[in-house]
Amino acid sequence: MAALGAWGLAGASLPATAQFRVEISGVGATQIPIVVGNFRDEAASGTSIGGIVRADLARSGLFRSSESPQPLDERSTVVAAEWRARGADAVVGGSVARLADGRYDVRYKLWDAVRGEELLGRSQLVVAGDLRLAAHRIADEIYQALTGEPGVFATRIAYVLRSGRRHTLHVTDADGERAQVALASAEPIISPAWSPDGRELAYVSFETQKAVVWVQSLVTGERRQLANFRGSNSAPAWSPDGRELVVTLSTAGIAQLFVMAREGGSPRRLTSSSAIDTEAVYAPDGRFVYFVSDRGGGPQIYRVPPAGGSPERVTFGGAHNISPSISPDGKLLTYVARQGNGAFKLALMDLANGGSVRLLTDTNDDESPSFAPNGRLIVYTSRERGRDVLMTTTLDGKIKTRLVSSGADMLEPAWGPFNR
Amino acid sequence: MNPKSSLSIATLVAAALLAGCSSGVKLQETPPVETRTPQPVGGAAATGSQTPAASTSATPQSQVATVDLTKQGGSTAAADGLARIVYFDFDSFVIKDEFKPVVEGHARTMVANKQRRMVVEGHADERGSREYNLALGQKRAESVVRSLSLLGVGPAQVEAVSFGEERPAAQGSDEAAWAKNRRAELKDR
Repeated sequence: MAALGAWGLAGASLPATAQFRVEISGVGATQIPIVVGNFRDEAASGTSIGGIVRADLARSGLFRSSESPQPLDERSTVVAAEWRARGADAVVGGSVARLADGRYDVRYKLWDAVRGEELLGRSQLVVAGDLRLAAHRIADEIYQALTGEPGVFATRIAYVLRSGRRHTLHVTDADGERAQVALASAEPIISPAWSPDGRELAYVSFETQKAVVWVQSLVTGERRQLANFRGSNSAPAWSPDGRELVVTLSTAGIAQLFVMAREGGSPRRLTSSSAIDTEAVYAPDGRFVYFVSDRGGGPQIYRVPPAGGSPERVTFGGAHNISPSISPDGKLLTYVARQGNGAFKLALMDLANGGSVRLLTDTNDDESPSFAPNGRLIVYTSRERGRDVLMTTTLDGKIKTRLVSSGADMLEPAWGPFNR
Repeated sequence: MNPKSSLSIATLVAAALLAGCSSGVKLQETPPVETRTPQPVGGAAATGSQTPAASTSATPQSQVATVDLTKQGGSTAAADGLARIVYFDFDSFVIKDEFKPVVEGHARTMVANKQRRMVVEGHADERGSREYNLALGQKRAESVVRSLSLLGVGPAQVEAVSFGEERPAAQGSDEAAWAKNRRAELKDR
């Protein structure tokens, strides 16, 4: 019991993590060269805004970012030809100022050094605890201005850290930094699922010596049991409007899918099979619920309308396909496909184009894929020297990043929504 | 109201609460709500020399409150003479002949003592997803519960639950470890 007491909650007791690091870079990928100066007076704020923006952009694989050789801020005069001569296509300068009420005013400008024009100029007012968020938002705006796609740097990822008998549900910035503990338990926690508004996490906790689905507010820590019926309660999946969740219950004697209102109450049975039905996830347009069932012998992915109906099989290749995640545009399905040699790899199916499938990983113990809200990245787990680590991959499988936690397993990642 | 009567009311309330807690498997009409005080973990807000005035009124959007359950103790099942573990073959839910005496032994004691309550915990090996393994473990536990029912054990006496791959009996990624982990454990509650 002394060990229990010593676990504590101090940040220092958490295993150290670093940022997601780019491990494998695609050959021939075009990267936009961009200079991002350190923000004026950022040292006084305690947050290196410029450095966070540079790291975010570099990690996407689409940018080659570097620091400015001279001081830059949003009021600097940027002569495009000079920056072009140094090989920069884009330049960012900004500043941080502490206001009388304690908040910070974070300003920046983005210049196009090719066409010699100002592309963006913005200001954000944030409290000290949101300075990193402000930096990630700036990286998102730059990413969108230069690639045409929304960035995911300001989003968050939930995952479970397992260290000995300690299980903690973490929420981290998308770069892997600033992990915060939402729940610490001596019993397992699995299957975190973000509410569409990003304010709550549903998850499965074994704290009462059985699997129960809980919903927890991230900001207040207030939590409630959503499903605690006889047997196991698991695999929560939010509907796109956030009003309902599909859960897996075993009240019928075997795992089946049920729909529940977000407030709880009586479950409505969604699947009726004599086989295992679990791992539900809604398609973003809400028209289907994708799930795993072994009704055909081995586990395969099926889909069913959330109002009920007859399920339709989606995966056919291979004997064991599990853990579906659907891209935000509804066109792609990623899942875990067991190979003939027993290896588990990430697969990507093009739902729009006849269901063609390709593998995204060349590792052997890949689990738990989850799409980023812009649909450009997938977070998942893989095993490295006996430890589970978090990985991200681009959809072409070429650029991968890795997040390792020393002495602990990182499990069950779920990429949060934009709304932040 | 004198102090003595208010004390006895408090005792009654506490007893009622305890009684409520012990029936953890019932359907819950109104889900319980727990409220914990948010505790910022580390970060600039906790280590900064001065908290900005604004952050006392406005909670940072980035803040995540911590709920800590590790202060609670775990439960352990009392031991008796009977074996309590049934092992299963790969991808199988069939109780093998060698384990039938285990199930029959517990069934006898439960039929003889209708007050006896047990929980059957199903487990799976680590291969595959955690949720699918949770369902596999549940299927194994249900298989044992079904056998107990056929031998006369009442439905209120036993519940099948699953820990999936979360509580391996043996560590390791080989068949020897996996075989020890594909199991159902019978525990008193």
